[in-house]
Order: sequence, then C-alpha cells, then structure tokens
Amino acid sequence: MSFFKELTKGLIKENPIFVIVLGMCPTLAVSTSVANALGMGLAATFVLICSNMFISLIKDVTPEKIRIPVYVVVIAAFVTIVDMAMAAYVPALHKSLGIFIPLIVVNCIILGRAEAFANKNNMINSIADGIGMGMGFTLSLSVVATIREILGNGTWLNIRVLPETYSPMLVAILAPGAFITLGFLMALMNMLKEKK
Amino acid sequence: MGYLGELFVMAMTAIFIQNFVLSRFLGLCPYLGVSKKLDSAMGMGLAVIFVMTLASAFTFLINKYLLIAFHLEYLQTIAFILTIAALVQFVEMVIQKNAPALYKSLGVYLPLITTNCAVLGVAILNTKSFRTDGVTPYNFLDAVLNGFFSGVGFTFVLLVMAGMRMKLEQVPLPKSMKGMPIGLILAGTMALAFYGFMGFKI
Repeated sequence: MSFFKELTKGLIKENPIFVIVLGMCPTLAVSTSVANALGMGLAATFVLICSNMFISLIKDVTPEKIRIPVYVVVIAAFVTIVDMAMAAYVPALHKSLGIFIPLIVVNCIILGRAEAFANKNNMINSIADGIGMGMGFTLSLSVVATIREILGNGTWLNIRVLPETYSPMLVAILAPGAFITLGFLMALMNMLKEKK
Repeated sequence: MGYLGELFVMAMTAIFIQNFVLSRFLGLCPYLGVSKKLDSAMGMGLAVIFVMTLASAFTFLINKYLLIAFHLEYLQTIAFILTIAALVQFVEMVIQKNAPALYKSLGVYLPLITTNCAVLGVAILNTKSFRTDGVTPYNFLDAVLNGFFSGVGFTFVLLVMAGMRMKLEQVPLPKSMKGMPIGLILAGTMALAFYGFMGFKI
C-alpha cells in the first residue's frame, strides 16, 4: 500500500516543480519542445531511480559528515552513464539537450530526494519515490513544453495542431516565454489550491 | 583584434548578450530563491563571483593536465563536481578562519553554491568555448576571466531582480500571483529586455 502511495504523491500532491519548486533550470531551458522535455524528463527519472536505490542501500555505511559528497558522486556516476548512452543511441536529442545532460548532477530534485527520502527509507520505497518524483517532473516539464511548442511553433511533438495560417508566437519558445509560461502555470496551481 | 578587444567581447557576452541566468538558464534556483532582499542578493552574488572564478581556474587545470592528458574525458562530470564541492568546502573553511566578518555575510550562501548549476555550467562551457575567431580554444587566463565575468553577469541580474521584488512587495496583487508566480513573470519581462542586447554585433 505504501509503495503505491509513494509512487503517486510525486505526480500532484508533492509535484517537484509546481509545489516544491525544485529543478528550475532544466524546466525552463529544455521545455522548448515536447520531444526535448520528454527526453530530459526520462533521463532525469532514470538517474533519480538509480540514485535513490543506491543511496538507500548504502545509507547505513555512509558516515553522516561526508554524506553529501558521497551522494554527489553516486549521482554523477549515473549521469555519466546516461550521458554516454544518449550520445550513442539518440545523438540528435543528446545534441539538442547539450550542456543540460551533465547538469542533471546539480538538479536539486535528485539531491533533494536523496537527502529527504532515500537516506531514511528502505530500497523499495525509495525506488517508488524515484519513479513518482521522476514522473511528476516529466509531466510538469511536458505541460510547460506543450504550451510553449503549440504557441511558439504551432505543433505538438512535431505534429501540426494549429493551421498553417497561424503565425507562431516566437516569444513563447525564446527564453522570456519560458519564465512567463511557468509563472502563469504556477499562479493557476495556486488558484486551484485556494478554491479547494 | 588585440587581446583587450577579445576581453571586451567576452565581458559583454557574459554579462549582457548571453547572460547566464536570463538567456542560458543557469543558476535559476538562487536567482529565484535569494532575490527577495537586496543585501542577501549582494552576499550571494559576491560568493558566486568568487567561487566561479576559482572553479574556472581549477577545473581548467584539471581538465587539461589530468583528464585530457590521460584520456579520461568521460569522467569530466564527476571530476568537475567533486572539484567544485571540495573547493566550496575549502573556501568556507579558509574564510571562517581568516575573515570572520566576511564569513558572517557570505557563510550561509557558500554551501548552496555547490548545487548552483551556473558554477558547473561555466566549468563545462569553458572547455567547449572558443575565442571570437572560432578556432582557438580558451587558454587558462580566458577561462578564469570568463568565470569572473559570468559571475558578474549573474550578480548584476540578481541585484536588479532583488531591487524590483522589494518594490513589488508593496503592490496589491491577486493572492495566487504572490511570491513565485509574479517573480517568474518579472524574470520573463527582464529576459525580454535582455533580448535587446542580442542585436549587438561586436
């Protein structure tokens, strides 16, 4: 039962982006298209699951004082794996995500979950937490990307959804559009929360 | 172009044209988190300039004389983040011992910097950047100065943002807009203004 609870809380109740406000840099930078957002979300999810699992296994042998450097090394190792795998199998995506793949290391969500969850809970729950948080991250990233891609390009996952005559709102896929879209989405979330 | 011209281009690019926060999207967590008060923004900014300059120097040397020399480039991410974490810890200890006054104003921000992606970002970008001619990779001095200028660019927008947010405190806003949402929209407006600099060709 608790496995399922840990799995679903990341989606809405403790959504890492809209509710806990962690991991802003990749959210804003790679949400220019839905394909990028999904790629980034899945890469981060993989790292999150693996690092949560590994850290929950070594939590009893890690000295309290040096736990942060230990976590960072574990995370960096998994990020390197993802980086190399993506360069080999999806080079186009790897190129468009660019510097943000190595920067998954400093994504606060991953270190945050390691510190707040994985070092207190057992392996099964930590994996569930990793999957849930990763999915929550991917979901919110895709929502932001959906709005930006439709407004800025008239397409969704490269499929045209708005008619050819629609002249794209270029600002939506440029940097300012990222901030403004996320700002309005967060205001919307706050409004919905107040209503409840 | 002389070396001074080269430096001018580098400084303008790092501070205005390709600002770390507003056009590269690096270092957003502290940008949104520590920009509520002007003096804490100043403290954070100075700490970031300091660490980014030092980190650029150390990571450049490690990259050139350890990673490339022994063909270990794939370890770049791990090596850089460890260097930065160790550096931040070391700087914290040195400042605490030798300059307690400075430690009081910067101390709380230092641990946060390890996870500031602007620092790791500048370290990685330094290894991939070229001078204006497009072929010469950065040398040691270029890397250090680029780190410094990027830090200055970060501090500049952080201060501007803090100044604006302090004014925003007194504005009547819908409840759901308060805090983070209006902060983000403000950042978007600022990014829009910074787009004006993109037209500069130097």
